[in-house]
Amino acid sequence: MKKLLEVKNLSVHYKIQAGWVYAVDGVNLEVNHGETLGLVGESGCGKTTTGYGVTQLLPSNAYIKEESKIIFEGKDLVKLGTHPSKKYEGYRKIEEYNPEMRKYRWAKISMIFQGAMNAFNPVYKVGDQIIEAILAHENMTKQEALKRVEELYRLVGIPKDRINNYPHEYSGGMKQRAMIAMALALNPDLIIADEPTTALDVVTQDRILGEMVRLQKREKIAMILITHDVSVVAEMAHKIAVMYAGNLVEKGTAKEVFKETAHPYTEALLNAFPSIKGEKKRLKAIPGSPPDLANPPKGCRFAPRCPYAKDICLEQEPPVVEISPGHYSKCHFAEELYGELGGE
Amino acid sequence: MDAENGDNRKVVISVRNLKKYFELHIGMFKFWGEPIYVKAVDGISFNLHEGEIIGMVGESGCGKTTTGRLLTRLENPTSGQVIFEGKNIAELKGKDLKFYRRNVQMIFQDPYESLNPRFTVQKTVMEPLLVHGIGDTYDDRVELVIKALEDAGLRPAEEYLSRFPHELSGGQRQRVAIARALVLRPKFIVADEPVSMLDVSIRAGVMNLMLDLRDKYNIPYIFITHDIAVARYMSDRIAVMYLGKIVEIGETDEVIFNHAHPYTKALISAVPVPDPEHKHGRVEIKGEIPSPINLPKGCRFWPRCPYAKKGICDVKEPPLKEVAPGHFVACHFAEKFYEEDITEETVEV
Repeated sequence: MKKLLEVKNLSVHYKIQAGWVYAVDGVNLEVNHGETLGLVGESGCGKTTTGYGVTQLLPSNAYIKEESKIIFEGKDLVKLGTHPSKKYEGYRKIEEYNPEMRKYRWAKISMIFQGAMNAFNPVYKVGDQIIEAILAHENMTKQEALKRVEELYRLVGIPKDRINNYPHEYSGGMKQRAMIAMALALNPDLIIADEPTTALDVVTQDRILGEMVRLQKREKIAMILITHDVSVVAEMAHKIAVMYAGNLVEKGTAKEVFKETAHPYTEALLNAFPSIKGEKKRLKAIPGSPPDLANPPKGCRFAPRCPYAKDICLEQEPPVVEISPGHYSKCHFAEELYGELGGE
Repeated sequence: MDAENGDNRKVVISVRNLKKYFELHIGMFKFWGEPIYVKAVDGISFNLHEGEIIGMVGESGCGKTTTGRLLTRLENPTSGQVIFEGKNIAELKGKDLKFYRRNVQMIFQDPYESLNPRFTVQKTVMEPLLVHGIGDTYDDRVELVIKALEDAGLRPAEEYLSRFPHELSGGQRQRVAIARALVLRPKFIVADEPVSMLDVSIRAGVMNLMLDLRDKYNIPYIFITHDIAVARYMSDRIAVMYLGKIVEIGETDEVIFNHAHPYTKALISAVPVPDPEHKHGRVEIKGEIPSPINLPKGCRFWPRCPYAKKGICDVKEPPLKEVAPGHFVACHFAEKFYEEDITEETVEV
C-alpha cells in the first residue's frame, strides 16, 4: 500500500505565559490509502493536537518545531503552511489564511469535529453549511452543490427533506451523520475524526461507526480516528497508535497492540477498561495522574506511574524500539517486557 | 416483585409502580384540551436489598435519571410508592423528609459542577453534618470529615482539607463527592453516571473505590449509567429501561449473556468490545428512540423491534414475566426468546 500521510518527528508546543506546554513531542505516524489509524490516549495526551496539527488548525499560540515534517502526497505541509518564527528560535509559526494550505483543508483532508452537537452554526440551515463548504473549494453553481448534498444525505442515511432544517431540529445521531456528510462533501483522501461518537448513545454510536466503515470502504478514504475509547479503536482501526503525555508510546496493528502489547502504559490502559465479554475481572487503576505537560518529568514520561519502572526510566528518555516489523514501543524494557505484558 | 423469591436479604427500598409524568404546556394546549404529558417514568417496580448494587442502563431519555431523582425525592412522583423503612417517601414532609434525606445520598455525574467552587474540601464535606446536626463539637466533625475523606481514598486527608475544587483533579473531585455522600452514613446511595466524565485510568480507581465501600459498609447503590460494560462491572443486578419502563431485570450476567428482550439484545450487541478479534454481531433496530410524549400503543418498543408481530405487539402492552428465577422480561415472546437463546445468532458486518 502507498503511503498517503507521513508524520515525521512532529512536535507541537503551546506558548503560555509561564513557558511552554510540550503537548506533542516527536510523534511519527504513517497512514496508508484507505486505512484507519486509531489514535488513543487519555484527555490531555496530545492526540487532538496531533490530529489537528496535520491540517494546522491550531490556536495561535501553537508553534511547530523546526524539524517536524508532515508529508501528505509527497508535499511537506509544514513547509507549506508555516514560516520560521521570529520570536522563538527553532520554532515555526502557523500562517493564518495560507492560500496553499486552504487547498488541502477539507478538499483533501477533512475533519469530523469533537461534539457534532456544537460543530454546526445554529443560525444557518444544515444544508446551506454543507453547500458553503463545497462552494468554497469547487467551481460549481449552487444548484449543482445542492445536488451533491442530496447525494451525500442519501449516502449517510438522512432523508432529503431535512436539508433545509436547522441544526436544533436534528437529533444527536443525525447531526453526527450530517457532519460525516460534510466531511465527505469534497471527496477527501483523509478524514480526521476527533471523538466522532463520544456524546452518542451506544445504539447510535454503533450505527454511526458501522456507517463510517461502510463509507470508508466504498470511497476508499483513509481515516485517523482520535478517541479515548479503547473498545472503539479495537473495532474500527487497522493500526493503533497509543499516546501518553505528548509522546507516542506504542504503535502497531490492532492485533499487535492488543494481543502482543509491548508498552506498560498500553497494558495499564487495557486493564482499566471493563468489557462485556468474558469473565468479570477486577480492573486495575493506574496510580497517580498524568503529568503536567508544561513541566514533564525527566526520562520516561510514564515512569512515575509505571509498575515496571527502574532507575534508568527516571533519568533517560527511552528510545523507540522496533519490537517486530512495524510494531514500535517507546520503552527502555520493551524487549524484556514483550510477551510478558497483556491486557488480560 | 422479587421479595417473594427466597431472597432473604433485607429490603432497603421498595419501589412500587412508580410513575412520573411531566406536564407540558405547548402553546394553546395550555388553555383547553387534554394536558400533554411526558411520561418519563411509567410504572416501574423493584426492590433494592442491603449491600446490593443495581445498575440502571438505557439510552438517554429512557427515564433512568428521573428514577434516581424520584428515589432521592428531588422530584415528587405522580403516583406509585417508594417504601423506605415502612413509609412511603412520597408522603414525607418536614422533619421526616429531612431524616429521609439524611439516609439517602446522591453522587452526580459531573464533579466539576457538583462541588461548590468557593467551598474548601472540608467545608463541602462538613456541610451535610451541620445541616443534620451531627457531631457535638467542631473537632468531632473534622474527625468525621477526615474519616470520610480517607474512606474515599484521599490520603492523607489533612492535606486535602483546605484545598478548593480547582486544585483537585477530576478523579479527586469525584472522591470528594463520594466522601460528602458517605459522611452521613446513608442507608443507600444513588449514583448518576458517576464515572462517565472521568478519564479511563482514573475511572477504574473510582469504580473500585465504590465497590470497596459497598463491601465495607454494606451500603446499596442504584448505579445509573449508559455504559453497559461499566454497569456489568459494578452491579449485582441490571435493570434495562426503555421509555420509562423496565423491560428486563435480572442478575448481571444473566442479563448480559441470557437476555430475552429484543431491546436488551440490540443494546448489548451495540457495545464495542476491546478485542480486535471479536466478531461484531449487529442487531438492526430501526429508527431512533421515540419521544416520550406520543408513546406507541402496545409494547413501546414494537416500532423498532425486528421481531414485532402485528396484532400482538402493537395492541397489548407486555407485562413483566419471570423467565428464570429473578429474571423478569417485559416481552410477549419472552419465554420463546429465552429458550431459543437470541443471543447466539449474529450477523456479520
